[in-house]
Order: sequence, then structure tokens, then C-alpha cells
Amino acid sequence: MHKVLIALLAAASLSAWAADNEFAITIREHRFEPAELRVPANKKIKLVVHNQDSTPEEFESHELNREKVIAPGAKANIFVGPLKPGRYPFYGEFNEKTARGVLIAE
Amino acid sequence: MLGSAVIVFRETLEAALIIGIVAVATRNLRHRNLWLAGGMVAGVLGSLLVALFTGRIAELAEGVGQELFNAGILVLAAAMLAWHNIWMARHGMQLAREAKQLGADVSSGHREMSALALVVGLAILREGSETALFLYGMLSSGNESTASVLGGGALGLALGCAAGVALYAGVLRVPARYFFSATSWLVLLLAAAMASQAARFLVQADLLPSLASPLWNTSWLLDNDSLPGRLLHALAGYDAMPSGIQVVFYIATLALILTGMRLVRLRPRLPAIA
Repeated sequence: MHKVLIALLAAASLSAWAADNEFAITIREHRFEPAELRVPANKKIKLVVHNQDSTPEEFESHELNREKVIAPGAKANIFVGPLKPGRYPFYGEFNEKTARGVLIAE
Repeated sequence: MLGSAVIVFRETLEAALIIGIVAVATRNLRHRNLWLAGGMVAGVLGSLLVALFTGRIAELAEGVGQELFNAGILVLAAAMLAWHNIWMARHGMQLAREAKQLGADVSSGHREMSALALVVGLAILREGSETALFLYGMLSSGNESTASVLGGGALGLALGCAAGVALYAGVLRVPARYFFSATSWLVLLLAAAMASQAARFLVQADLLPSLASPLWNTSWLLDNDSLPGRLLHALAGYDAMPSGIQVVFYIATLALILTGMRLVRLRPRLPAIA
């Protein structure tokens, strides 16, 4: 009984974690949506980047130290942080002119 | 046209510099050109396969397949380079001292050459698959003509290769006295660079702690995106904003290889039987 309860509590806290710290970004027509995303500082967060284009994209950010190729139609999980408050630009390397965005940690 | 030239140049640059260093380090080994060409062809074919299966690879290991794949390639290549340097520390001097040993060393020379051909193949695999994906995207979006995309790609490829050739020719001009140590330093730094990049992918996969992110920021001095920044990144693993664990991997790799090189030098050798 106790074990079940603990498992339920753990599951509940996990899903709470997911809801609180998960942020969705969509790539459509070689643009990020939203292009400006506010996220909590000093916390590990998970970006779920959904590439809705029919071409691959590479999510890249020197400031976040991340680089990940995302296949057409695929969703990529990218863990970042804990971040100090500030601006963290990111871009799509395959479409650098249009695919630009920024995380604002606060 | 310019867009594809720039991206293909960037991707080619890193692989071309790695191939340049490998070509220098193996210049005395038999059938070098055949081995290098084999590594390049295998790398190109492999990168097309990787590009084709990008989506599948990414889905593996609960979404961190791509990170594990990249880290694996980098660790394997770094291990081959480490082995090369330790092998050379032992055999390079031996070859110079005892000319008679050359014949007996042909088989270990083959093993050596295959390890470095693997490094060439892996370097192309990593950079080539991204290039293929990018070009595929450019072509299928139809914003530019096929000729323009491919022309730009060819230009970028040529420029990247030129950088590799320039590095090769430059190192070959190093006076004979310093040549041996210059080559082993280049290989050493390259191995450490790959280890630190592997650490970065493992942090991204959430499998390693970053320790500090970033540990420092030297973007004001030398930006990752600048050409010198990219060159230093490819050759010595420069990162303007490295995480702590990257620096740990970098230094540990340097220390391990240097220790290995020293140990094989100290180990007493059997006297040469004439």
C-alpha cells in the first residue's frame, strides 16, 4: 500500500516537473515560434522543439552550448540550464537568416 | 549560392583539417594514400546513410540517440588518435634508430594506418551527414536553383579542402628536428578537442553534469563563429563558453595520452638482434 502511494506521489511530482519546466518551440517555415521565450532562471528546463517543416533544421546556440539536428516532422528534447538570468540567443543553422530566437531567463 | 557555400565550407573545414593532420602524421607509412582514400570514401557513404536515418537515430535511447551517436564517434576517434601518439612514441624513435626493424614493423604499420583511416572516416561521417541534410533541405525547399545550391556547395567544399591542404603543406615545412614533436602535439590537441566535444554531447543528453555552464566566456576575445575561432575549435577544441566538464575531459585526455607516451618511452626495450 505504502509502495503504491510512494509510486503515485513520485509520478505526480514527475509530471508536475514536466509541466513546470517544459517549454514548446515550433519551427514553421524556417522560423521559431515563439521567437522570444521567457523561462525561469536557475532551473533546469526542457525545450521540446517541433520541426513542422518538410526539411531538416539544426537547433544551435553558443550561449546555451547546444546543437541538435531535428528531422522533418520530428520533436527534439533539449535540456538546458540552470541558466543565470539573461538573454540566450539560438538559431537554426540550416536557415540562419530567418530561424532566429532567444530564451530570456528571469 | 553564398548560403550553401558558407555552410558547406564550415562543415568541410573541420573534417579537412583533421584529414590534414592525419595525412601529416602518417606520411611515412606504407600505402598511406590508399588507406586515406578508403577512409574518405567510407566516410562519405556512411554520412549519406546517417543523413538518411537522422530521424531514426534521434529517436533512439529515449530521444538522445543523436547525442550518444556523436559522442560515440568522437570518443572512438579520440581513442584512435591517442593510440597513434603512444605507438609513435614507442616506434618512431625505434624506426629512426634501428633501420633494420622497418621490415618487421610493416604489419603494425598497417594496423596503425587502419586506425587513422578510421579517424578520417569518422570525421567525414559527422560533418558530412550534416552537410547532406542541409543541402537536401536547400534543394527541396526550391528557393534556389539546383545549380546554385550545388555550385555553392562545391565552392565551399573546395575552400574547406584548400584549408586542409594548406595545413598539410605548412606542417610538412616544419624543420625535421621539430617535425616529430609538432605532429604529436597536433594529434594530442585534436584528441583532447574531440573528448571535450564528446562531453558536450553527453551534457546535452543529460547524462553528465555540466559542472559549470559556462566555466568562462571569452566571446569578447575570440568568438566561436569567427574564422579564427572555428580554426582553433577544429584544431585544438577552442570553445568560447565551455562547460566545466568539457575542460575536465580536455585536461584528462591530455594527461592520459602524455602519460601513456612517457610510459612506453621509459619501458626497457629488448635489445635489437641484428
